[in-house]
Amino acid sequence: MKRLTCPMNGPRDITEFQYLGPLRSTRAEDPSAVTRHLFYAGNPIGPLVEWWRHRPSNTVFLAERHTGTDRIIRTWLPDGSETQNA
Amino acid sequence: MPFALLRYGLRRAHRPFDDIPPTPPLRQSYDVAIIGGGGHGLAAAYYLSHHHGIRSVAVLEKGYLAGGNTARNTTTIRSNYLTQASIRFYREAVSLFGTMSQDLGFNVMFSQRGQLTLAHSEATMRSFHLRAEMGKHAGTGVEVVDARTVRELCPHLNMDEGGQHEVLGGLWHKDGGTARHDAVAWGYAKRAAEKGVEIHQRTTVTAIRSQGDRVTEIVTDRGTIRAGQVLQAAGGLNGQIAELAGFPLPIRCFPLQAMVTQPLKPFLHTLVSSANLHTYLVQSSRGEIVIGGGSDPYQLASTRSTFDQKEALAQGALHLFPFLHNVRLLRQWAGITDMTPDYSPIMGASPLANYWLDAGWGTWGFKATPVAGKYMAETIATGRVPDIIAPFALDRFDRFALLNEMGATAASH
Repeated sequence: MKRLTCPMNGPRDITEFQYLGPLRSTRAEDPSAVTRHLFYAGNPIGPLVEWWRHRPSNTVFLAERHTGTDRIIRTWLPDGSETQNA
Repeated sequence: MPFALLRYGLRRAHRPFDDIPPTPPLRQSYDVAIIGGGGHGLAAAYYLSHHHGIRSVAVLEKGYLAGGNTARNTTTIRSNYLTQASIRFYREAVSLFGTMSQDLGFNVMFSQRGQLTLAHSEATMRSFHLRAEMGKHAGTGVEVVDARTVRELCPHLNMDEGGQHEVLGGLWHKDGGTARHDAVAWGYAKRAAEKGVEIHQRTTVTAIRSQGDRVTEIVTDRGTIRAGQVLQAAGGLNGQIAELAGFPLPIRCFPLQAMVTQPLKPFLHTLVSSANLHTYLVQSSRGEIVIGGGSDPYQLASTRSTFDQKEALAQGALHLFPFLHNVRLLRQWAGITDMTPDYSPIMGASPLANYWLDAGWGTWGFKATPVAGKYMAETIATGRVPDIIAPFALDRFDRFALLNEMGATAASH
């Protein structure tokens, strides 16, 4: 079974986590940025920074994962505004 | 066709024939280049060469013919969608499958035996009533049936009376069916090649060069070609190919996993599907039970299979048909589905004037093979997007004119 390291709870079974999708930044005052934010997420074959949630502890955090190999590169807790976390 | 077959059968000397010619050398220029040699690209090549007289066509396929999602889907053909635009489009797809074997002179083994979607809750029954009414309005054969009718249609099904997944009724889509996926692609390839379409297998597109708003050259690992018009139909790699052309697509890729069992005697006439259990089953003409389709819960570009997805699919299948518990799995696989935000495809214009899109086919692409090919060919030949595919334009996301079909499938998303 695959494991993901929660920054608060350490390595846990990946079925304990909810996938919240790639990190996206937006500016509400710019309409094209809103469209991008809603519909255009990152879809690389390579490293992708994405939001995850550990369900039992409700810990929302960021992870960097390679979408070709499925290797999890690092996980960390968000700090500050959205754009500072990439 | 039957007489030709009879003549062939009675002949003494059987000459072998090649269905699909070997890959020729690349020429310098073509009227149309098609990126992607799957069902959709080959269908478009067929319609271009047979219905529009455009024979200078190159189909560029990275791997082997129809080895991507055309080989990895679960061959469900149906039109029980929710929006009028989708029902109209998929209804024509179903009717084109009805005449495909005759049209192509190639047996695609289309078997129109109906699809039954199960409801395990009152909420699902309500959504089925909506889908049935929308379908009837658009002229497709779909109706809500009660538990008794479900038992008549599918006598071996576990109704789970009093259980957690009790079958309360179903959505019966009598127009639904299945066909042999490889044959669909091979049939189109054979007939297109007869008219001069070149099919270039093992030819990877590495760059797309443009000047102003027009694509000028396509660079491949076997040489560079010029093309008047370009069609992108690259399945799981649509996002990457569009990036080569210089624009983003609203696509996220998830693997969809499926599997087949050993062959059994025929017992399952209809296609059975349950959204609650994220499982659907169909018995192929060889007797194998095809079980689909679990999407991985996060984005991935790898076609490896996982044990937990197989376990979940097996659990759903065993719940519906408990007597399958000793049956062995023969094959299992994954395909990369290019999912769009509204679960509808992207067809028609791109930001480039001579570059056309047939993308975002996610988990719903196989059934659309003939109709997408037909109308993409018309688009390329006339330079105008036909009405029937206009609602699927890429710019619908900028206009917030989405076509939500999220509920119209049993795959787990």
